[in-house]
Amino acid sequence: MTKFLVSLVLIMLLSFAACLYLPWWSIALVACIIAILIPQKPLPSFTTGFLALFILWSAFALLVSIGNHHLLAQKMSVVMFKAANPFLLVFVSGLIGALVAGFAALTGSYARKLPRRETVR
Amino acid sequence: MRLVPFLLSAGITVLLILAFNTSLVLPAPLGKLLSPQHGVWQNADPADEDYNASLVLPGLKGKTEVYFDDRLVPHVFAEYDEDAFFVQGYLHARFRLWQMDFQTRVAAGRLSEVLGDKNGLKDILNRVDRYFRRLGLPYAAERSLKLIEADSATKMFCDSYTAGVNAYIKSLTESSMPLEYKLLGFQPEPWSNGKTALFLKFMSFDLAGYEKDFEYTAARNAFTKELFDQLYPDYQGFVDPVVPKGTVFDQPGIVPVKPADADSIYFNYKKAGNALPGEPLKPDRENGSNNWAVGPAKSKSGHPILCNDPHLGLNLPSLWYEIQLQTPRFNVYGASFPCSPGVAIGFNDSCAFGFTNAGRDVRDYYAIRFKDDTRKQYWFNGSWKDTELRIERFKVKNKPDVLDTVAYTVFGPVLFDKNYTGGRVTNGESYAVRWKAHDPSNEVKVFYLLNRARNYNDYLTAIKNFHTPGQNCIFAAKNGDIALWAQGEFPAKWKRQGEFVMPGYDSSYMWQGMIPQAENPHQLNPERGFVSSANQYPADSSYPYYMGGSFAPYRGLYINQRLSAMQQVTLQDMMKLQTDNYNVLAGSVLPHMLKAVDESKLLEGQKQYWNTLKSWSGYNNPQEEGPTIFDILFDSLHAVVYEDELAGVEHVPAPYESVLAEGIVQDSAYRFFDDIRTPRKETLQDDVMEALRRAMPVLEKARTSNSLKWYQFKDTHINHLLALPSFSRQHINTGGGTYSVNATRDDHGPSWRMIVHLSPEIEAYGVYPGGQNGDPGSMYYDNFIGTWQQGRYYRLWFMKKQEAQSNRIKWKMTFDRG
Repeated sequence: MTKFLVSLVLIMLLSFAACLYLPWWSIALVACIIAILIPQKPLPSFTTGFLALFILWSAFALLVSIGNHHLLAQKMSVVMFKAANPFLLVFVSGLIGALVAGFAALTGSYARKLPRRETVR
Repeated sequence: MRLVPFLLSAGITVLLILAFNTSLVLPAPLGKLLSPQHGVWQNADPADEDYNASLVLPGLKGKTEVYFDDRLVPHVFAEYDEDAFFVQGYLHARFRLWQMDFQTRVAAGRLSEVLGDKNGLKDILNRVDRYFRRLGLPYAAERSLKLIEADSATKMFCDSYTAGVNAYIKSLTESSMPLEYKLLGFQPEPWSNGKTALFLKFMSFDLAGYEKDFEYTAARNAFTKELFDQLYPDYQGFVDPVVPKGTVFDQPGIVPVKPADADSIYFNYKKAGNALPGEPLKPDRENGSNNWAVGPAKSKSGHPILCNDPHLGLNLPSLWYEIQLQTPRFNVYGASFPCSPGVAIGFNDSCAFGFTNAGRDVRDYYAIRFKDDTRKQYWFNGSWKDTELRIERFKVKNKPDVLDTVAYTVFGPVLFDKNYTGGRVTNGESYAVRWKAHDPSNEVKVFYLLNRARNYNDYLTAIKNFHTPGQNCIFAAKNGDIALWAQGEFPAKWKRQGEFVMPGYDSSYMWQGMIPQAENPHQLNPERGFVSSANQYPADSSYPYYMGGSFAPYRGLYINQRLSAMQQVTLQDMMKLQTDNYNVLAGSVLPHMLKAVDESKLLEGQKQYWNTLKSWSGYNNPQEEGPTIFDILFDSLHAVVYEDELAGVEHVPAPYESVLAEGIVQDSAYRFFDDIRTPRKETLQDDVMEALRRAMPVLEKARTSNSLKWYQFKDTHINHLLALPSFSRQHINTGGGTYSVNATRDDHGPSWRMIVHLSPEIEAYGVYPGGQNGDPGSMYYDNFIGTWQQGRYYRLWFMKKQEAQSNRIKWKMTFDRG
């Protein structure tokens, strides 16, 4: 549980920091590296990455949107989904980050196990 | 074996990133767009956005302070003129960069680079990009740029502006990029003086690119001279011209000579010949405006009042950006064009200035006979003459480049030939276009000089630089002077020259010279106490030059009547007039239409509409049904009256509404009332009854779809430049129309309303339908629309430096040299 929480928080913090300087997909690098450094089983790893970015990106988007009185999210959700729903845009933002970070963390989790199997053989 | 799951999950991760970072899988790169730190969320400005900034930038000469008021209008106080224009460029880019990029890409024929060759159903490459290149818009801009840069004042003006725009572009990051760049997936490129020149040429296209030469040629081929002249008169006597009837004109400095064989080969009416459809891409015919100024004797205060409202296509972000610029050498406030330095319509410490479109025809076509398909030579004055071939390269998004070769002749570029018909069915013949905007001119100098003009002479010096588009330039000064010049460099044409396609093998059909500037119609402090223009003829038929072109008679007629009747004019009177919804066309024809009809012959369903029409106030007020019924009925009547003459003839233009109106008002036996296909002799009554019969389904449809009220039927909307509905404002509840001073149509109308009282302390009001910030995610994107729609104004704050502590100031930016 501690590993889970520490990973979660680290992925969130480092993803935020990385995105200040790097492209958006740097979240995948962060999630993958954390999953290697703090080993968990594949499913918890995936969940950590998924949740971390879902929370980070949807909360970030939601805060921005509230500050903007949902003006842009309203307009953009019509452009992208033909539905005037700012929360849909918030949700999809979170989901995209979540999917990428989740699979990246999963990859990290499996990567961790690769070298050991090779030495055994 | 963990390798398989590892490779599988790694593969999925990479695929997800690819899918979310490109448009290969999904229609948009969702990851890039929705990353809260990179994508569109970064464009969702907080409602309480902090615009304060302290900037140190290379290229500045001194210190500049910019105070933003509560409407986000910047008041720029610079130590040096150069810095004022630098900062203006920076601010235009800060708030309108994508719009500037987009507008100049249209002008440059480079839209396919960012939208692709097709956008939805629209063939961008062929209908837009190739069209503007072949019309020679970039060619014209290149030629004018040389002139702009050869003049030290305008070079400084544009250089400073360009440096400011580029300083902002350099500061951009992926996150701070304007929203539309993210959506379309491209990056801004550096600004240049050439782009400013392109924008000004695009305005020339918009304002001085209208003609119907192909349509009139088709009509000439089909009709006798007598019929042609009645359907398409070149002058209408009921008009009240810009300079009043009876004005005495000097002997003309140039008398154009009609070619010897014109009667047989040019005025060859009703001789079967080719009939081609008109231009595939036309500027709006109603690109026009109102302006007027009342002198001291007519105004209540004893000081002049100047009013101007330019009618243009309405878009978001708006064509206009409000700004005040002050340096030790000048102090100006008004509406500026993002893309150009200076203020275009506004006022300074001493005077106010504005424009309406002159509407003269400065674009003609010549039929070219090439020697062969290489287009290297064409027949001219009895021998083969070389063309100049200009190769146009089109970069196309996700596609290989496209090349197009355009042949240039003595007239100008060959716009249409076997390689390019503009999507029309033609016979592959070639037509060169002679367009006044191709001639080098330095219009940006008008703004430069007007912004610092002190008096009438300064104004006159400034506007002489206006060559194309020709404009009715209005002026009023604190000293009491009011003036108006129908200014431009206009070709001196023989009567109806260029109305039809001209032969391109004979130099005697070329333009023979330009009307000397001093002979342009003008007025300074006229006895009637006001000057005015609203796109009507500049002068009456005694003007010694052929005026040809497209003119709008009604607004001017009404404005002049009202101004003549007014005394002790106040600012409120002027606001009322500028937003007046009276339908001048209806006021002139409706009484005749109502009187002509025997009401007992009306059918049951028709009566309710007829009664509404009878009780209508004559004003295009938003909530009334009368304007809608009149609009539909008059359209229908127009068809009934002329369709028999136009039947079976292809591509001919419809006569103007004012032609029908003149027939109705002045001639009870107007020949066109008769349907020549029947043995009977029809009258106005028959035609109105028939028009009403045909209008019924349209009226019923409007009623059942709940759009009979004028604002519903007219359906004014202000579209985003990409026409994304959620970035646009739709269904705006507002009145007016084509024949009202408040010329608000569906997507077109008063794009900036301004009223300036030239009292010792200038008092000015203005509004435009948009907002200062071009970001669709900003509170300041469209916040002026409500005020505009209700016909209200903002008081324009001509701020003084010592008011820097005022609580109207919300933010401050300082610029220092680096």
